[in-house]
Amino acid sequence: MTGAQALIKALEMEGTEVMFGLPGGCILPAYDPLLDSSIRHILVRHEQGAGHMAEGYAHVTGRPGVAMVTSGPAATNMVTPLCDAYMDSIPMVCITGQVPTSAIGTDAFQECDTVGITRSVTKHNELVMSAQDLPLAIRQAFHIATTGRPGPTLIDIPKDVLQNSMEWHWPTDAEVIDSLPGYRPTMKGHPRMIKEAAKLILESERPILYVGGGVLKARAAEALVELAELTNIHVVTTLMARGAFPDSHPLCLGMPGMHGNATAITAMQQSDLLVALGARFDDRITGKVSSFAQQAKIIHVDIDPAEQGKVRRPDVPIVGDCRLVIEEIVKAIRELLATGSTQADTAVWKSRISGWREQFPLSYEPSEPGEALKPQFCLEALRDSAPPDTILVSGVGQHQMWSSQYWRFDQPYTWVNSGGLGTMGFSVPAAIGAKVGRPDATVWAIDGDGCFQMTAQELVTASTERIPVKVAILNNSYLGMVRQWQEMFYEERYSEVYLSPDTPDFVKWAEAMGCVGIRVDSPEEVQPAIDKANSIDDRPVVVDFRVAASEKVFPMVPAGFGNDDLLLPPSQMARKEFLR
Amino acid sequence: MSVTSTTSQPNYHILSVLVQNRSGVLARVAGLFARRGYNIFSLAVAPTEDEALSRITVVVDVESTPLEQIVKQLFKLIEVVKISELDPRRSVERELLLATVRATCDDRGQVVELANIFEGKILAVGVDAITVSLDGHPDKLDDFEELLRGYGIVELQRTGRVALPKLDREARLRAVKGKVV
Repeated sequence: MTGAQALIKALEMEGTEVMFGLPGGCILPAYDPLLDSSIRHILVRHEQGAGHMAEGYAHVTGRPGVAMVTSGPAATNMVTPLCDAYMDSIPMVCITGQVPTSAIGTDAFQECDTVGITRSVTKHNELVMSAQDLPLAIRQAFHIATTGRPGPTLIDIPKDVLQNSMEWHWPTDAEVIDSLPGYRPTMKGHPRMIKEAAKLILESERPILYVGGGVLKARAAEALVELAELTNIHVVTTLMARGAFPDSHPLCLGMPGMHGNATAITAMQQSDLLVALGARFDDRITGKVSSFAQQAKIIHVDIDPAEQGKVRRPDVPIVGDCRLVIEEIVKAIRELLATGSTQADTAVWKSRISGWREQFPLSYEPSEPGEALKPQFCLEALRDSAPPDTILVSGVGQHQMWSSQYWRFDQPYTWVNSGGLGTMGFSVPAAIGAKVGRPDATVWAIDGDGCFQMTAQELVTASTERIPVKVAILNNSYLGMVRQWQEMFYEERYSEVYLSPDTPDFVKWAEAMGCVGIRVDSPEEVQPAIDKANSIDDRPVVVDFRVAASEKVFPMVPAGFGNDDLLLPPSQMARKEFLR
Repeated sequence: MSVTSTTSQPNYHILSVLVQNRSGVLARVAGLFARRGYNIFSLAVAPTEDEALSRITVVVDVESTPLEQIVKQLFKLIEVVKISELDPRRSVERELLLATVRATCDDRGQVVELANIFEGKILAVGVDAITVSLDGHPDKLDDFEELLRGYGIVELQRTGRVALPKLDREARLRAVKGKVV
C-alpha cells in the first residue's frame, strides 16, 4: 500500500465523511486513491475557503472538519482558518502536501516551512517523514484535535512519503495514548473544588452563570439548563456560546461584552459570584480588567489549565470537562440541599435584573417612510421567517453583532461565527461547511458587503456542489464597524472605509456564480424577498439588503473602558443612572 | 572577597522541562516564549538518560510574567512530558564559562592566579592572550567574569545554566548508604 492509500484509509477509519480541499503538485498522489474512497471531497475555489468550511462543519456537527491542500501557497492560504480554529477551539484536521523529503530545505518550487509557519496557530502539527508513520500521525492528529480543549492540527506530508510503500498497521487507542506521554487532558474536576463551588453558589446573593463556548464544545447544554434551573440563577451567553442556553428561557440574559445588552453587562458587573463555564475572560467581555465585576468571586471551570488565572484569578479553579464538572456541581448542590443547607435569598437581585430588562431592552429607531432600511429590521424579519432549527452563520463586524443581538437562539449549534480571530470573510465558506454537515437544516449566512467580497467566490463551490446556502448581505457600502469607530472616536474623520455602493452589482455577481440574486431596497420588499429565498432549495441564494450606512451598534463599551462606561442607544442614555 | 552571592528573592526561576526527543521541539518551546512575550535569561538543551527524552533547562524572568502562566502554557505543548520548577534556593545549578583574555607576559601570572583562586583551568596560552575555563555556580561565574574584564576579554562564551533539585537530607543519607532511590 502507498502512503497516499494509507492516508485516505486512515481518514476513512477516523470516520471522515467529507473533506474540503483543492489539489496541487505535492498533494497529487493523495488525490488518486480519493477517487475510490467513500469520502466526499468538496472542491473549493480558494484554500482559505476549505479551512473555513471545515470549521463550519465542525461547529454544527461537533465532528472534526477535515481539509486537504497542497504545499507552499496553499498551506499559507490555510493559515487564517487554522488561526481562526485555534482561537475558537474548533476541532479540525488539516493535511498539507510538502515537497519531497530530498528537496526540503532547498527552496524548491512551492516549498514553504509549513510546520514552522503554522506552529503557533495549531494545537499540534507534524511533518511526517516516513510512509510507515502516517497512520499513527493521522490518529494522533484526530485524537489531539478532538480531546481536551479542541483545536486544529496539521499533518504535513512530503510527496515521496505519499508515493512510498508501507505496511498497513492501524494503531490501537493504547498505542496512540502511549505515543503522546505529555498529553493527558484532565476531564474530571477536583472533588474538593466542586464541593467548594457548590457551597459558594448556594451562599451567593447575586450570582451569574457566565457561559462561554466551552459549554458547547463539551456538549454540556443540557447539564447547564439543569444547573440554572436547580439554582434559579440567570445566565449570560458570550458570543461563542449563543445557543448554549435558550434565549427564550426566562433565566437567559443574552450576550454580555462590548456589544452585549445592558442587562447582561450590568448583571456581570454587579454580581457577587461569577460562575465562568468554559469562558476565558476575553477582553471583549471584561472591558478594562481592573474595573470588571469587582465585587465578584470567581468559580472558573475550564478544561485548559492555562486559562485559570490568565486574566482574572479564580477563587475556585476547576480544571475539567464542562459537562462532567457541571453534572458534579449539580450533584453536590443537591447533596447540600438534602442535608439541610439552603440557598441564599436572591429575590432582591432578581428584581434588580428584571428592572434592567424592562428599562433597557435592545432597541433601534425604525426607519421613517422613504428612509433607508434598518439592518436590525432585516434581521428581525429574517429571524421571524426562519424555519425551526435554522443555523445562522455570520462574518465579522456590525452585522455579526446585530445577528447575535437580534436573533433568538434556542438550540445549541445553530450559531456559527468567528469570535476570537474576527476573520472577515468567514461566513460564506463557513455556511457552506455548516450546510454540508447539516443538510437537513436551513443555513442563513449574514454577511456585510465588506466581508462578502473577501470570500464570495466559494458560492461557485456551493452552486456546483449543490449546497443551497442562503446569504443575506447587510449592505451599507461601508466597512461598517470601522466606520462606527471613526465616527465615534476619530471625530467623524472617515478614512478608507467607503466601499462603492454600485460596484460590484451583487445580484449579477450572485447570478454569475450560479445563485439566485435578489436586491432589496425598501421595507415592503423585505418580506417577499425572504419568503422567496426560503422557498428556494436547489441552489444558493444571495439577498442584497441595501441598509442605512449610518446605523451603529449599541450598546457599546468603548475599547479600553470599563463595563460601567457602556454607551446605550441614544434613546436610553437619559436613564443610564438606573443601571446600578 | 565573596565569590558567590545569593539573593534572598531571586527574580528568576529555573524550569527543568522534559520533552519528547523529536525534531522541532526546541523551536516549539522557543516559539512559545516569543509568542507569549515571556523573557528568558538562558536556555540549555541536552539528551537525558532516556534516549526518547531531552531536558531543556530554561531560566525565566518571573518579574515580567507569573511563573504559573509560563508553566501552564508550556505544558500545553504536546511534546512536553514533565516540568519541574526548581527554586534557586533549593536546587544545584552549574554553568560552564570559556574566556579568552588579553594577557601579555606582564600580567599573565595574575590571570593564572585568578583562575587558580576560582579553581578554573588554563586551556591555552598565547603570546598576548590566554584561554581559561571555569565551571560552577552561575554567580561564581559572574564574579570571575567581572574580574577578568579588567584585563580585557577578547571572547567569552557561557553555556547557560543547568540545574537539578537539591537532594533533601534524607535522600543524602540514603545516598551515603548506597541506596539511592
